[in-house]
Amino acid sequence: MLPSYAGPLETTWYYSFRVICALILLFLIAPILVVIPLSFNAEPYFSFTEGMLTLNPDAFSMRWYEDIINNKQWIHSAKNSVIIAFFATIMATTLGTLAALGLSRPEMPYRGAIMGLLISPMIVPLIISGAGMYFFYSHVGLAQTMIGMVLAHAALGTPFVVITVTATLTGFDQSLIRAANNLGATPTYAFFKVTMPLIMPGMISGSLFAFITSFDEVVVALFLSGFEQRTIPRQMWAGIREQISPTILAVATILVMISIALLATLELLRRRNERLRGIV
Amino acid sequence: MSEQVMAATPHAVLAADGTPLKQRLQKTLRRRKLIAAGLVLPLGVFVFVTFLFPIFLMLFRSVDNPIIHENMPQTVAILEQWDGKGVPEEAAYAALVRDMVEARKNKTIGRVATRMNFEMSGVRSLITSSARKAKKMQPPFKDALIKANPIWGERDIWVTFKRLGNEYTATQYLAAVDMRYDSDNNIVQQDEDRQIYVTIFGRTLWISLAVTLLCLVLGYPVAYLLATLPAKYSNLLMIMVLLPFWTSLLVRTTSWIVLLQTNGVINELLVWLHVVADEDRLQMMYNQTGTVIAMTHILLPFMILPLFSVMKTIPPSYMRAALSLGANPVRAFVKVYAPQTVPGIGAGSLLVFILSVGYYITPALVGGRTGQMISNFIAFHMQKSLNWGLAAALGGLLLVGVMVLYWAYTKIVGVDNMKLG
Repeated sequence: MLPSYAGPLETTWYYSFRVICALILLFLIAPILVVIPLSFNAEPYFSFTEGMLTLNPDAFSMRWYEDIINNKQWIHSAKNSVIIAFFATIMATTLGTLAALGLSRPEMPYRGAIMGLLISPMIVPLIISGAGMYFFYSHVGLAQTMIGMVLAHAALGTPFVVITVTATLTGFDQSLIRAANNLGATPTYAFFKVTMPLIMPGMISGSLFAFITSFDEVVVALFLSGFEQRTIPRQMWAGIREQISPTILAVATILVMISIALLATLELLRRRNERLRGIV
Repeated sequence: MSEQVMAATPHAVLAADGTPLKQRLQKTLRRRKLIAAGLVLPLGVFVFVTFLFPIFLMLFRSVDNPIIHENMPQTVAILEQWDGKGVPEEAAYAALVRDMVEARKNKTIGRVATRMNFEMSGVRSLITSSARKAKKMQPPFKDALIKANPIWGERDIWVTFKRLGNEYTATQYLAAVDMRYDSDNNIVQQDEDRQIYVTIFGRTLWISLAVTLLCLVLGYPVAYLLATLPAKYSNLLMIMVLLPFWTSLLVRTTSWIVLLQTNGVINELLVWLHVVADEDRLQMMYNQTGTVIAMTHILLPFMILPLFSVMKTIPPSYMRAALSLGANPVRAFVKVYAPQTVPGIGAGSLLVFILSVGYYITPALVGGRTGQMISNFIAFHMQKSLNWGLAAALGGLLLVGVMVLYWAYTKIVGVDNMKLG
C-alpha cells in the first residue's frame, strides 16, 4: 500500500492513521467482547476479579448459565421470543416481498410516496410506535396477547424486507418473466421458477433483519406485552433496571453468539451471491 | 364500433381483435398498474392497520379533550354563554351541582378532577370533595358551592373550566412547548419552575448532534480505510463493524454499563494504572456523558456503512491524478476526495441524527437524570403520570421533526438507495 518513494512524513501519517483506525475499531468491538469473559465470573461482580486476570480456573464458573437454565422465566421468555420472532418474520417476509415485487414494476403509480409510507415503521421513533400501538391494540383486545406482539413486530420488520428485496430487484430483467409467460408458464409458476430464485438472497437477508428486529425489540414489547408474553429483551430490561446480576451478562453472551451466527449466514449468502454473479 | 373509430382516426393501427392498438395498449397498461398496486396492497393495508392508524389515533389524543365536555355537559353548555367577566350566574352553579351529582353517580368525577388538575395543580381534591357534598346542596347553589370551597367564588377556575369544556384543545401542545393559557385566555410562558420541555427538546437536539458529529469523526477514517484496503482485508475488518450492528441494543447498553460504572472495567483499569485515585473514580455513567458514549457506539455502524458505500465508488485514480499534478496529499484530499464523499456524509449524518432523536432505551438505562431525552419523557407520561394528552403532544412534535428529516433524507439519498448491511 505504502509506495516506496514515501517520505518520512507520509510514513508517519500512514502508520498513525492505521493506529487511529485500529483504536476506533477497538471501540466498536471491545464493548461487545468484554461481556463474554465476565459472564463466566465466579463472583457476582461486573468487573474482572484478580483470579480472572491470573487465569485461575477457580475464578471462572458456569453458575450464571446454570441460573438461566434453572430459571423458568428466562426459559419462558426465550420461548416467547422465538415464537413471536418466527411468526413476525414469516408475515413480514411474505407481505414485504409481495410489496417489493409491486414496487419494482415500472408501472407502479405513486412509487416514491408509497415506498416512503411503507418504510416509515423503521423511521418513526419506537416510543411513538409503541404508544400508538398500546392504545389501539388495547382497544381491539390485542394488547397483552401473542397475536398482538406478532402483528406489531411484523409491522416493524416489513421495511427491512421491502428494502432488501427491492434492492435485489433493481436490475432484474422483467423480460425474463415475459419469456416465462411466453413459454406457457402461469404467473404463479413463473414466480416460483424464475423470480423467486433470483430474489432469494434479498428475501433471506430481509427476513434475517426482520427476525433480529423482532428478537431484539424492547420498546414496543414494554407497552404491549404482559407478564405472559415477556420476551428476552423485555426480561433483560427488567433485569437491568431492577437487580443487575451477571445472569444478564450470560444472556448477553448468548445473544452475541446468535448475532455472530446470523452475521456468518449473511456473509456466506453474500459470498455465494457474488460468486454466482461472477460466473454469470 | 371499430368502424366508427376507424372513421374518426383513419390511420389507427388495429390489434388482432379489431380494437385500435392504442386503446389496447392503454388497457394493458392499466391492468399492469392494477397488478402492481394489487401486489403492494396487502402490505399497505397491513402497515396502515397495525401501524399508521394507531399512531394517528394516538396523535389525535393530543388535541382531543372529551372528559369535561362529556361528563359535565350542562355546565359546559351554560358556560358557553358566559362572557368570562367576574364569576358566572347562579344558573352555571346550579348546572355544576347537577353535573357533579351525575358524574359522581357515574364514577367519572375522578377523571374530571384529574383533567382539571393537569391545568390547575391542586384542584383535584377540592373538586372531588365538592362533588361529594353536591348531593345535599340546596339552592342558591352559588352560595352553597362557595361555602363548600371558596375557590368556586374565583374567576380562574371558571375560565379554566370553560376552556376545558371545548371538545378540542391546544393546551397539550402549548404545555409541550412550556406555554399555557393565563386566566384571560392569553397564551403566556409557563411559570419558570414548571418550564421543562423546551430544555428537554434542546437537550435532545444537542445530544443527537453530538452523537452525529462523533459518529462522523470516528466513522469517516474507518470507512476510508475499509474502502481503500484490498477486499481480502476489508471484508475481515467489515465484520468488526457489522457485528455491533447485529448485536442486540440491550446487550450493547449492558456492555457500556459494565464498562462505565464506578466499579466498572474502565475505572478499575484507571485505578490500577494509578491514573485516578481509588476515591475519585470517574462518573461516566448516569449522566449525559454515558448517554453520548453509548449512543455513539450503537449508532456508529449506521454512519460507517453509508460512507463506505459512497467511498467505494470513488475511483482511486482521481487522488493519484491530483497528486501527480502537484497537489500535496492534504490539498488533494480536501479538494478532490472529500467533496465526493459529501453524499455519504449527508446520508450517514441524517440517518444517525434521525435515529438518535428518538432514542429511548439507552438514555433510560445509562442517562441518569441529566441524560434523559424527549422519548423518556413521553414514556414517563405514558406509563407513570398517565397524562396521555401531553405524551401525545410531545410525540406529535417529535414525529413532525423526524418526518421533516426523513423527507430530507429521501430527497438527498432517495428511498431506493437505502442500503442495509
